Amino acid sequence: MLIDIRNMFKIYRMGDTSVNALDGVSLTIAAGEFVAIMGASGSGKSTMLNILGCLDTPTTGSYLLDGIEVSGMSRAQRARIRNQKLGFVFQNFNLLSRTNALENVELPTYYDGKISGRNRKKRAADLLERVGLGSRLDHTPAQLSGGQQQRVAIARALMNNPPVILADEPTGNLDSHSSTEIMALFTQLNRDGITIVMVTHEEDIAAFAKRRIVMRDGLIVTAHEAIKEDTAR
Amino acid sequence: MNLWMIFKVALRAISRNKTRSLLTALGIIVGIAAVIAVVAIGQGAQTMMMTQINSMGNNLIMVFPGSQNQGGVRGGTGSGQNLTAEDGEAIARDLQHLVRAVTPLIRSGGQAIYQENNWSTQIQGVSIEFPEVRNWEMASGTFFTAADQRAGSRVCIIGQTVADNLFPGDDPTGKSLRIRNMPFRVLGVMVRKGSNSMGSDQDDTIIAPFTTVRRVLQNTIFNNVNMLLISLYSLDDIPVAKEEISKLLRQRHKLSNNTDNDFTTIDMTEITNTIGSITKLMTILLTTVASISLLVGGIGIMNIMLVSVTERTREIGLRMAVGATPSDILLQFITEAMTLSTVGGLIGVALGIFGARTVGQIQEWPILVTESSVVVAFLFSAAIGVFFGFYPALRASRLNPIDCLRYE
Repeated sequence: MLIDIRNMFKIYRMGDTSVNALDGVSLTIAAGEFVAIMGASGSGKSTMLNILGCLDTPTTGSYLLDGIEVSGMSRAQRARIRNQKLGFVFQNFNLLSRTNALENVELPTYYDGKISGRNRKKRAADLLERVGLGSRLDHTPAQLSGGQQQRVAIARALMNNPPVILADEPTGNLDSHSSTEIMALFTQLNRDGITIVMVTHEEDIAAFAKRRIVMRDGLIVTAHEAIKEDTAR
Repeated sequence: MNLWMIFKVALRAISRNKTRSLLTALGIIVGIAAVIAVVAIGQGAQTMMMTQINSMGNNLIMVFPGSQNQGGVRGGTGSGQNLTAEDGEAIARDLQHLVRAVTPLIRSGGQAIYQENNWSTQIQGVSIEFPEVRNWEMASGTFFTAADQRAGSRVCIIGQTVADNLFPGDDPTGKSLRIRNMPFRVLGVMVRKGSNSMGSDQDDTIIAPFTTVRRVLQNTIFNNVNMLLISLYSLDDIPVAKEEISKLLRQRHKLSNNTDNDFTTIDMTEITNTIGSITKLMTILLTTVASISLLVGGIGIMNIMLVSVTERTREIGLRMAVGATPSDILLQFITEAMTLSTVGGLIGVALGIFGARTVGQIQEWPILVTESSVVVAFLFSAAIGVFFGFYPALRASRLNPIDCLRYE
C-alpha cells in the first residue's frame, strides 16, 4: 500500500471542549489509484488532506507513506518527505508571483540538492511541455489564465517525481471549461501511473476519480461503492 | 538548498522592491559612508603629522645640557656647558645594542655670501652620523668625511633653501661660499625636507663638521655642544634607551645619587602620544556615532524584514509545502537581510570614499582610505544584516505551513 492510515485521531482542544476532527479513521490507498475525498465542511476532509500531505501530524494513529512511518516525524523530516514523496496542487494555485513558469516549476528542486542546474531547467521545461505549456516557459502567473496557472502548479507538483499528488479543490477557482481540461490532465497523469488524492465537493469533478471517499464527523462513511451510493441519493 | 541558490533567491526578493530596499539600506549606507569618510580624513591627517614628525629623524631622542647654576644664578635649559661630543661617542659606543647613530649638534648662525648673493641662515655643526640620525639624504655631492671631521676642515653641505638663495640656477657643489668672511667649500646639497612640525623651514641651513664650527665660527676652547641627537633602532626602545642614556651620562658627569640630572632628554614619543590620544578620542567618538547610525539602520532592516515576512506568508507556506525545512526558511530570510545590509555597506563604502576625496580636494586635506577600514565596514554591515535579520527570519521559520497557505 502506498498510503496506509490506521486508527487515526486528530483532536483539537479548546478550553473544556474537544473536537475530534478525525475520529479513528483507517484508510489505505494503493499505488495507481485516483481517489476523491468528499464531504461537507467540518467533516474532517481538510484535516485528512493536511495529514496526508505531512503538513500536520495526527494526535494518535499511524500513517505509513510509501512504507515510511511519518506520523511522529519532526518538521524538518516532514519537509523532506513532502519534497520527495508528495506533490501539491492547491485551489488558488499558489504560484510565486513575478516569477516565470519555468522557475515556479523548478521550485521543489531548490530544496533537493540532487539535481544540477542544467538538468533542472530541462526537466522543468519537459514537464511544462507535458501539461501543454511548452510555449509559455517565461510567462509569469499574471500573464497566464487560471487554467494555465493550475497547469504550471501541476507541473511543479510533478517536478521531484513524487509517487503521490495531493490536490485540494484543484478546480475550485476555475470555470467549467478549464476545470474539464485540468481533470483531463489529472486523468492522463493517473493513466501514466501517478497516484492522485483529491479533495473536492463538486460531484462532477469527483466523477473523474476512480474511487470516492465520503467523510462525515471525522469518519469515513463510505469508502467503497461510493459511486453507487451517490447515484442513488 | 545550496548557498548560491539562497543568495540568488534573496537577491531577487530584494530587487523586486527596489525603492523599498534602497530606502531600507539607506540607514546602513549613510552610517558606513560617514565612518569611511571620517576615518579616511582622520587617518590622512594622522599620517601627515606622523610624516612630519618622522622627518625630524628616525626614533629620535634629544639630549640637552641642563641648566647652569653659578653661585645661585640659574640659567635656563641648555645654558649648562657640561654636555660634550665625547658623551655622544660614549653613548654610541656603550649602548650600541639600542643606538643606531649619534650626532652632536652645535648651533651657530651668520651671513653666508657667494659672489653678489648673501643669505642669513643657521649653521649646524654635526658629526658624520648626521644624515643617518636625521634620515636625510644628499640631493647632490657627498657628505663630509671622518677626516674632515678630525681635521676641522672648512667644508659644508647646504640645504635647498640656502642653495636656492645663494646659487640660483647654479650647481653649488665645489663652489666656495663665505661665512663671516671665512671660506667654506660646498661639498653637496641635502634633499628638500620641508618644514618641520613646528613650521620652521628645515632646508634653510648650512651643515658643517662640529669641530670646524667650534674652532672657526665659535672660536671657543670649550668642549660643550648644544644638543645630542640620538637615533634608535626601534621606537619601542625609547623608554629603555632614555634610562640607559641617563645612567651613562650621570656616570660620566660624576653625579652623586642625590643630585639632579645636569641634562634633559626629550623624545618623539611625547608628541606621538599626544597625537595618539587625539586619534583615540576621535575613534571613540566616531565609533559611537557610527554605532548609533548603524543601529538605526539595523532596526530599519529588521522592520522591513518583518513586513516582508508578513507579505510573503503564502510564499513561505508554499516553500514549506514543496519541501523547505524551517532552517531553509531561516537561512533564506537571514541571507536576504544580510544581502540588503551588505549591498548598503558597499554603496556606503563607495560613497564614503567619494565624499572623503571631495572634501580632501576642496579643503586640500590629505585622504587615506585604508584597506582595513573598508574590510571592517563591509564585514560589519554584513554582521548587522545577520543580527537584525535573525528575529524576522526566526518568525518566518516558525510559521505553520497550513496557516500560511490559507493566509489572505
